[in-house]
Parts: sequence; C-alpha cells; structure tokens
Amino acid sequence: MIFNIPFIAVAALIIIGLYAVIFRKNLIKTVIGITIIESGVNLFLITLGYREGGVPPIYTNLPEDVSIPRGMVLPVPQALTLTSIVIGVAVLALMLSLVIHIYRVYGTLDVRRIRRLRE
Amino acid sequence: MSRRDMFAVVFFSIVCMFFIFSALLMHPFGSPDETDMDDMIIKNTQRETGANNGVTSVVFDYRGFDTLGEATILFTAVAGVVLLFRRMKET
Amino acid sequence: MSEMSKIVRTIAAIVFPFIMIYGLYVIAHGHLTPGGGFQGGAIVASACALLLVAYGSMWTMRRIGEKRLSVFESIGAFFFIALALLGLFFGAVFFNNFLAGSSFLFGDIPMVGSNTGDMNTGGVLPLMNFAVGIKVVAGLFVIILVMAYASNHMEKKRGEKQG
Repeated sequence: MIFNIPFIAVAALIIIGLYAVIFRKNLIKTVIGITIIESGVNLFLITLGYREGGVPPIYTNLPEDVSIPRGMVLPVPQALTLTSIVIGVAVLALMLSLVIHIYRVYGTLDVRRIRRLRE
Repeated sequence: MSRRDMFAVVFFSIVCMFFIFSALLMHPFGSPDETDMDDMIIKNTQRETGANNGVTSVVFDYRGFDTLGEATILFTAVAGVVLLFRRMKET
Repeated sequence: MSEMSKIVRTIAAIVFPFIMIYGLYVIAHGHLTPGGGFQGGAIVASACALLLVAYGSMWTMRRIGEKRLSVFESIGAFFFIALALLGLFFGAVFFNNFLAGSSFLFGDIPMVGSNTGDMNTGGVLPLMNFAVGIKVVAGLFVIILVMAYASNHMEKKRGEKQG
C-alpha cells in the first residue's frame, strides 16, 4: 500500500520541468524541461489506469485465477501513453533541430540575447 | 529582481500549489473511479477484434483515429527535420 | 560521426541481425504478446542506430540514403490509411475491423478467455502493426541519420574554414 506517492511523483516531475522552462534562459535546458514534463504526463496516465494487483490486459497464457474485468489494468491509458511516447520522440527531434538552426543563425542559445539581436 | 521575474515567481508558486494539492486529492493509487468503458473493452476485445492483446486492439481498432493523428504528427516532424537540415547542408 | 575501430565494426555486424530479428518478432506478435508496431519499430530503429554509430554517417548515408527511407515512410502511411479505408468499403465505418471472423487471412476468432495464442487471429491488426512498424522504423531512423550527417558536414566545414 503506497498511498498517493505516484501522484506526488507526477506533480514533482511536472514542477521540475516547469521550473526549467520558466527560469532557465538556455534553449537546450528549456527542451530538457519540456521532455521532463512529458515524462510526468506519461507517468500520470500510467498511474491513472493502474488497479491494485492487476495484470496486463493480454489473454495469451493468462493465469487461471485472474477475474476478468477486475483483475486487469485499464487498457485505454496505456494505449494513449504508447502514442504519446512516439509523439514525444518526434517533437523532441523537431525541437532540437530548430535549436541547432537558431544557434547557427544567431551564434548563441541565450533567450535574452536572441531577443535583443532581433530588435 | 525585475517585475517580470516577480510575476514569473508568483505564477510558478500558484501552479506548484495547484499540482501538489491535486496530487493529494486524487483517488487512492490502485483503485480508479470510473472504469465502465475499460471493463467493456476488456470483456469484448477477443470477441470483437479477435486479438488477445487488449492494448493493441485499443490502439488500432477502438481508437484508430488517435493512431492516425499520431502517424500524421510523426510524418510532419520527419518532414520538418529533413527540410531544416537540407537547407543547412546547402548553406 | 566518423567510423570506429575494426573491433567495434565486427561486433556491430554480428549483433545487428539478431536485434533486427527480435524487432521483427515483436512487430509480428503484436496482437498476441506485449509489443506492437511502435515498440518493435523502435527496436529495429535502434539496431540501425547501432550501425550508424559503428560505421559512420557517411557510409550509412551512401548505403541506405535518406530518399529511400522517406519512400518507406510514405509506404507505411499509405498502407495504414488504405487499410482504414478498406474498412469503410467492406464494413460500415472508417477503421472497421473487416477481416475479424471472416475465415480469410488473420480471420479466426480465438477461444474466449486464456489461450496459448494463435498467429492467425486479429483481423486487420497484424497488417496495421506491420504498416506502423515500417513507418516508425523509417521515421525514427531518418531523423537520426539526417541529424548525424548534417552535424558531421557542419564540423568538416568549420574545420576547413579554420585550417
């Protein structure tokens, strides 16, 4: 019985990511923060669909003593997490290539200096 | 500390409070509240889709539109990366 | 990324087919065991990334090429949408599982409850697993390949400018 600790871990991950996004001025660190927020969201979906002592919703070689709807974890949050992970990888690649492009054009990754250069 | 930083700190603490309190007010870990849709899917997945794996049947059959949107996003991201780096190679 | 030493290249060439087979197993058994198109595609793409690290981006770009990979990605997306549209024609709605229970390819309905797993079940799900697997392999690997190649190119240009 581990009470609400997974949800608190989710909140901690999202807060750490938000801190990196808001207070860090380096663009690479902003990207790292967005990735941490995304892992927090994935962990939230997985913990949302967990049932106490549940097995995965797969019928191949299922143990005999599993009651059918009550003994399995929920399949829909797991499917959403699956699509979310692939989207996260694709968006991370796009963000990093934009950051590389910004570095080539402006010669810096500091957000304040980029803003000043444009004006 | 400028006014902008003050505003950022206030906003950040409000959001932190929101996340921590909502984490404490969630349902207890391991007993989700509303499970009607998932129970229906678990019970009928073998009969309706013929697959043993419930997660795959949700991804490709019950919620196929999500996967279609995901495929579109992957395609767009790959197109964007290839476009950016091709221009970079030329210059 | 330039190519690594001969030991690394030999070991990568030995290990590469096994990772490839494992990824294809995960894709093909997506409707029976944990796994599916996304996970197996990620495994196969990581095998290709091993090849890229061991042999260098120039060699991989010459042997595989970014054009061919984007063609593969389009083929995967085309088959995925074509299967969904066939559901519209043969069944009633978009994404209808028209092959399940039709005594055609992958058409059997398994025994309800715990069973040992039969490959010939699942309707359109195994075909969609393969389409999405091709798409994810090509998509992830073209991202890694283009990034490695472009950074190598930039490094070389900077070296020329300085030297």
